[in-house]
Amino acid sequence: MSVSMLRHGKVDLALHELRAGTGRPLLLLHGLGERSPEKVPADVEAWNGPVHALDFTGHGGSTITIGGGYTPEILMADVDAALLHLGSATLFGRGLGGYVALLATGSHPTEVHGTIITDGPGMHGAGPTPGSALIVRVQPGEPGPPDPFALAELSHDVRPPDYATSFVRAATQLSPLPEPICVCGTSRPAWLEAVVDEPGVREATVAAALAMYGAD
Amino acid sequence: MTLTAADVTYPGARRPDRRRRVEADGVGIAVSEWGDEAAPPLLLAHGGFDFAGTFDVFAPMLADAGWRVVSWDHRGHGDSDHVHLYNWSADTRDALAVLDSTTREPVPVIGHSKGGGLMLQLSEACPHRVTHYVSIDGLPTPHPHPDVADHERTRLLGKELDDWLGHRRRIATAVRKPGTIEDLAKRRQRMNPRLSDEWLQYLVTVGGREDADGWRWKIDPALRFGGFGPHRPQWTLARLPCLSPKMLAFLGMQPEPMGWGARPADIEPFLPAGARLEVFEDVGHFVHIERPRDVADVVLDFIGRR
Repeated sequence: MSVSMLRHGKVDLALHELRAGTGRPLLLLHGLGERSPEKVPADVEAWNGPVHALDFTGHGGSTITIGGGYTPEILMADVDAALLHLGSATLFGRGLGGYVALLATGSHPTEVHGTIITDGPGMHGAGPTPGSALIVRVQPGEPGPPDPFALAELSHDVRPPDYATSFVRAATQLSPLPEPICVCGTSRPAWLEAVVDEPGVREATVAAALAMYGAD
Repeated sequence: MTLTAADVTYPGARRPDRRRRVEADGVGIAVSEWGDEAAPPLLLAHGGFDFAGTFDVFAPMLADAGWRVVSWDHRGHGDSDHVHLYNWSADTRDALAVLDSTTREPVPVIGHSKGGGLMLQLSEACPHRVTHYVSIDGLPTPHPHPDVADHERTRLLGKELDDWLGHRRRIATAVRKPGTIEDLAKRRQRMNPRLSDEWLQYLVTVGGREDADGWRWKIDPALRFGGFGPHRPQWTLARLPCLSPKMLAFLGMQPEPMGWGARPADIEPFLPAGARLEVFEDVGHFVHIERPRDVADVVLDFIGRR
């Protein structure tokens, strides 16, 4: 396994090459509080090309920020940095990584060749609307990774269903694929429930999704 | 002739009586204070792309009425640290750190624009820490965008995403453009078209720094005006009726690039019982800069003179 360090703003991101090869890469996006796996996970072993995995800001081998400031949109820009490095890729996101993969697909409809969203930590965020006002704080001096601010802030972000579907529509409007998003797993927070109801989104097993996006 | 800092003054402007730093989760926050250190404190929050020095006329008016006025440069602004990331949550933490460093007693809080939003969040999250909430053109309209067709909305989102990601790709090496005091004032006038040359030139001397190749705004080039995200202004307004502290809000009715376009009819249905709304028809977003004496007098009537 080799690691490339990518620059995103003031942050260094660790992009792990889990399997070398030719063809379109599969880019793994971990869940909240996780880090990239050390080897190709069994459920994506069947992918017929190279496999990479990105540590989001504040996670794994990437920079831990001073004083937080995390949003899923910032992590979407982490994926942008990885796509600039890799070129076209298929995204495979767990939990929070699945939500970020959706945002990245809407913002990169031609570079992302299919996105697979699966169950994992951080899938729900704070829900579809904010609750009572809250100032998110962490205990000083808590060690990372993961950055405790990332854990706190990225579990309190609001995910309105129509915000999520706006990224689906941005993806389907310009993607060359008829179904650029595939939802696997069983968790269905409100944002994901709305996503699966959109045209251009398929529900399938991971194996079927990998076969569909790896076929061409 | 090119202006130097020594040439620039502004009537009534007074630099802070004291300056200090607060460590907020490792981020150095520059705090400015006007007035007697033993006087009762109040918190004063600036808007986005501003800094505490934009209160150099308004804050002394409150201080001279017996208040210890505590303001601060938001992270990335003015003399506070530039950091890896910025978001609303972090700004509210920093505000609470400044309040914690000042007093544990409840205080009046005043905020302009974004600062009004931050102080509203502080008032909602910590009602036991706030006696009065004052918003200076800091409440949103529930109608931020005209009705557009879905496909057009999608196209607009795509452009916004492209622009934002383009900015993210550049910030690793971005530096603010240097210029003369007049150059920086002219640039700022595009966003502050109602404010005078003299005021904007004054702001350059307190919110900029002079390098070998010219003046630069101190604000972190990683920050960007505007943006996108899931937040809806309706959420802010929907919570307003439940606000605990006494409330006073100002609206400036003249449209401006940095204004939020809220109309009295947008706000009135959501005001908590007993709240007061002051509307300035002939003033823009920077109500406290265009009419500092009038705004200060209304604020002092509301929070009291000490």
